[in-house]
Amino acid sequence: MTPRKQRMLTVGLVVVGVSLAVGLALQAFQENLLFFYSPTQAIAGEAPEGRKFRLGGLVEEGSLTRESGELKVTFMVTDLKNTLPVSYEGVLPDLFREGQGVVAHGYLQPDGSFLAEEVLAKHDENYMAPEVAELLAEQGHPVDGKPAGPAKN
Amino acid sequence: MWNWFHKLASPPHFYRLAGIFSPWMLWSSLILIAIGTYGGLVLAPADYQQGEGFRIIYVHVPSSYLSTMIYALMAVTSGIGLIWRIKLAHAVAASAAPIGASFTAVSLLTGMLWGKPMWGTYWEWDPRLTSELILLFIYFGYMSLRASFEDISKADRAGGLLAVVGVVNLPIIHYSVIWWSSLHQGPSIKKLDAPSISGDMLWPLLLLIAASTLFFGALLLYRVRAEVLDREHNSRWVQDLLGEMPGAG
Repeated sequence: MTPRKQRMLTVGLVVVGVSLAVGLALQAFQENLLFFYSPTQAIAGEAPEGRKFRLGGLVEEGSLTRESGELKVTFMVTDLKNTLPVSYEGVLPDLFREGQGVVAHGYLQPDGSFLAEEVLAKHDENYMAPEVAELLAEQGHPVDGKPAGPAKN
Repeated sequence: MWNWFHKLASPPHFYRLAGIFSPWMLWSSLILIAIGTYGGLVLAPADYQQGEGFRIIYVHVPSSYLSTMIYALMAVTSGIGLIWRIKLAHAVAASAAPIGASFTAVSLLTGMLWGKPMWGTYWEWDPRLTSELILLFIYFGYMSLRASFEDISKADRAGGLLAVVGVVNLPIIHYSVIWWSSLHQGPSIKKLDAPSISGDMLWPLLLLIAASTLFFGALLLYRVRAEVLDREHNSRWVQDLLGEMPGAG
C-alpha cells in the first residue's frame, strides 16, 4: 500500500468512524432531542410527568378565548387526532393565530389541561403574497391549518 | 486534465490566475447583489402572514446556505491536502474559515432578529438552531487550533483533521428540521419544480444565493492570494514578484 492510499484510508476511516459514533449517540438521545410532544403523546403519558415540557400542535379554530381586561388566554391545541386545553398569561407572538402551529412550554396539570409559561408560534415553510393566499382560500385550498411539523410519530 | 490540475496546485500559477479572476467575480457579484436586493426589498410583495418582516429571508437564507457550503469546501480541500499533501489545498481551507464563520454568525443573528417578533423568542435550543451554533464553534475551534501552531505544516495537518471530522455536523444541520420536531420551519425550496414560496419572492432569493456565492468566491481568492504570499515569502517567485513592484527592493 502506498503512503498516499494509507492516508486516504485513514481519512476515510476517521470520517466513517465519527459519523457512526455521532449517529449512534443521536439515536440514543432521540427522545431527549424531541423539541416538542404532540397532544396525543402528552395524553398517552409519553411526556415527562411533573416536569416542564413543550407541547406542539395547531391552535384549534374558534377555540381562543380571552379574559376581558387581562392578558390571560385559553385555547385548544390539536394534532388533528387529540386535543388538549392550554391556558397562558402573557403576550402572544405575531404569528400566533387560530389554525397555525404553536409550541407551548409548561406543565401538564392534574386536571389534564396544560399550563403554559411561554408560547411560541411555529411558522411553516409557505411564503406568498396576501392576495395569493386569499385567492387560494376562495378556491378552497386553505393555506392555514396544515399540520405543524412531524406530528406523525 | 491531470496536468491542468497539477498546474493549478502550483502556488505561482494559482496566484496569477486568482489575480485575474477575483476582480471580475467581485464586481459582478456586487452588481447581482444590488439587483437581488432591489428585487427582494422593493419588487417582492409582503408575506401574507409575516408582512414585511419576511424580507430578512434575503439575508438569512444566502448566509445560512454559505455557512454550510463553505464548511463543505473546507472539509473537501482539507481532505485533499491531507491525502495528496497539497499545500495550496490547506491554504484554501485556512482562508475560507473566517469567511464561513462570518456567514454563520450573520445567519444566527438574522435568525434571532426574525425569531423575536415571529416565534416570540430570540433563541430556543431547537435542533436546527443548536446545530448551526455548533457549526460556528467548529469554525472557531478550527481557527484557534491553527493559530496555536508555530509550524504551518503542523497547523495544516491538525486543522485539516478537525475540518474533516466536523463534516458530520453538516447532514445534522440539513436534516434537523426533518428528523426532529423543531421550531424552525422546513425547507421552502427543497424541490425547485414546486417550491413553497411564490415566484415573485423566489427569484430575488435564488439570485442573491448565487450572487453571495460569487461574492464569497471573490473574497476567498483575495484571501488565498495573501495566504500563498505569506507561506511562500522565502521562495524565488515571490522575491521576483516583489522585485518587479515599483518602490520595492
